[in-house]
Amino acid sequence: MLEIKNLHAGITGNEILKGISLKVSAGEVHAIMGPNGSGKSTLAQVLAGRDTYEVTQGEVLYQGKNFLEMDPEERAREGFFLAFQYPVEIPGVSNTYFLKAALNAVRKHRGLEELDAVEFLQLVKQRMKLVEMDESFLNRPVNEGFSGGEKKRNEIFQMAVLEPKLAVLDETDSGLDIDALRIVADGVNKLRRKDNAIIVVTHYQRLLNYIVPDFVHVLVDGRIAKSGGKELALELEEKGYDWVKDEADRTVVPA
Amino acid sequence: MKYTTERNNWYLSKFAAFERSLNGESNSPVHALRRDAIQRFDKLGFPTNRHEEWRFTNIQPILKADLKPVLHPHPATVARSVVERLSFGTRYRLVFINGYYAENLSSVEGLPKGVRCGSLAETQNQNHDAIRDHLARYARYDDSTFTALNTAFLRDGAFIYVPDNTLLEEPIHLLFLTADADHSLISPRNLVVIGANSQVSIVESYESLTDRPYLTNIVTEIVLGEGSILEHDKLQDEGLQAFHVSSTHVYQKGKTSFTSNSIALGGSIARSNVNAVLDGTGCECTLNGLSLSSGTQLIDNHTSIDHAQPNCQSHELYKAILEGKSRGVFNGKIFVRQDAQKTDAKQTNKTLLLSDEAVIDTKPQLEIFADDVKCTHGATVGQLEPEQVFYLRTRGIDETAARDILTFAFASDVVRRVHVEPLRNQLESLIHDRLDAGRKLPQQD
Repeated sequence: MLEIKNLHAGITGNEILKGISLKVSAGEVHAIMGPNGSGKSTLAQVLAGRDTYEVTQGEVLYQGKNFLEMDPEERAREGFFLAFQYPVEIPGVSNTYFLKAALNAVRKHRGLEELDAVEFLQLVKQRMKLVEMDESFLNRPVNEGFSGGEKKRNEIFQMAVLEPKLAVLDETDSGLDIDALRIVADGVNKLRRKDNAIIVVTHYQRLLNYIVPDFVHVLVDGRIAKSGGKELALELEEKGYDWVKDEADRTVVPA
Repeated sequence: MKYTTERNNWYLSKFAAFERSLNGESNSPVHALRRDAIQRFDKLGFPTNRHEEWRFTNIQPILKADLKPVLHPHPATVARSVVERLSFGTRYRLVFINGYYAENLSSVEGLPKGVRCGSLAETQNQNHDAIRDHLARYARYDDSTFTALNTAFLRDGAFIYVPDNTLLEEPIHLLFLTADADHSLISPRNLVVIGANSQVSIVESYESLTDRPYLTNIVTEIVLGEGSILEHDKLQDEGLQAFHVSSTHVYQKGKTSFTSNSIALGGSIARSNVNAVLDGTGCECTLNGLSLSSGTQLIDNHTSIDHAQPNCQSHELYKAILEGKSRGVFNGKIFVRQDAQKTDAKQTNKTLLLSDEAVIDTKPQLEIFADDVKCTHGATVGQLEPEQVFYLRTRGIDETAARDILTFAFASDVVRRVHVEPLRNQLESLIHDRLDAGRKLPQQD
């Protein structure tokens, strides 16, 4: 579904991603872990099409297509979804209006009919239950005045409505208390299917107790330093990131 | 203060012609007012950029236009369908063509007892007390050229008189149309007198049926009797060659509530003044404004709130969206007099610049002479937030639609404050259309 080959990217000459390669197939859940500043969020933003980052080398294939050439909206319509680490507040635009515009743009691209107001509301109310969100959120402006946890829930709610094929959850666990974490993780698990894939970006292993990954990758200084199964996350939790760093340093071939 | 007097003689000679056209009116009090005003106009001349009130608005294009005052009611008919298209389906509607009342297109049936709603010229002939008591009392022309000019050519406009304890459930729509005008000076004069404990909504709208240049130079005086409530909405949607200068003077007695929603979309140069005097305790005054400009339009909003008495509140929100090479001006004065303790005044001005070449000059002006007051003001000027645009795009919404959604949200913050529902709906679709049209314009590099 997704193939990242030797991806280099950064901001104005400052390289943050230094050659990432990763393959994600349908039905899989991958976790990308790593210390602060290792490039986790940069990778998520680059995949979403954020133009403040410049891709200097490498390629990304998504369902066989050149992903990096697509505009952010095209990526979304093709089934890509990023749950933001810091969801943006949009005063004056109601959640309903926003979601309807988004869903219909995606449906149109997929050759489906636009939903009318009644059908849309039915769908939305059903999906809200997945993340135990109150219906009053529908008429509130997007993320405005939401608590940190409510914003994260709103991201997963949007994911439930848009039904992406590939979702990247960027630090969705940060700022969540244990109850909210469980609700959000349960919501994500209900959205797992054989034909979609999820990349969970996280600093802590905690979330992975609920969303159990098939693969765990450790990102250190812009590279994947180590990959393994779900047990790797537990090892990281126990030993911290330093040993992976040390291991990675030792394996770097001196120039 | 330096003024230019180059165009004075033009208007003095037009005034002489106007006087000759008036039969048997030369001894009336209104005519004495006109004479006084033209003399004052002659002394004042037209303001230049050196005049503080006109620092950012150059009116040379208006002066160069050699405008001819419209001295008679417009003879041609305007199709009823055109009027319907520009109406909001309200029950009470006064239509004016080039500043003169068009009775055949108006409807005032079913007004509550004692309410007068019609032509100022007609009422003037009937010597109504309200005219004697209020006309030209609030719109002073000793320091305002355009008010002096309006008063000199004062002939017709809307007269609304609502007696005490009267609730008008439906709004009154005043529709000002300009038709077959070319280099015309149109001088409507409105007088609104609301009795104690009465409640009314009035919508003024200005529409062009011509693409030629002309000036609508309008003065509206509003008096709110003790305990009354008025929402005054104004939609300025003149042609892009038109000039528009408008002065709304509001006099609030105690415990009154006045709301002004001023929406400016049209005009080549459009200046709006809204001046409110809070001359009783326990008043509320809310001034909202929204302007949308593109091309080379200049939209200038001046407001003044005069807190003359204690325990009054004022809230002000003016927003502007500028595209192309358009210019905007906002000047918001708040006076708090020495007696006006416990005043609570808040002013907010927000501007969205959608192009690199658009310019806004914004100036809050607070003069506070009382010590126990709460006064705040804030002004922001910015562009659409790239983070917001990106967020919408990551959900599948294309960039143009994302920008439109955010721009519309910025505007709707003011539009939603309009309580007259059919007008609010009309404004929403007008703003959508305007954003669409702006997009279709070729990009200027």
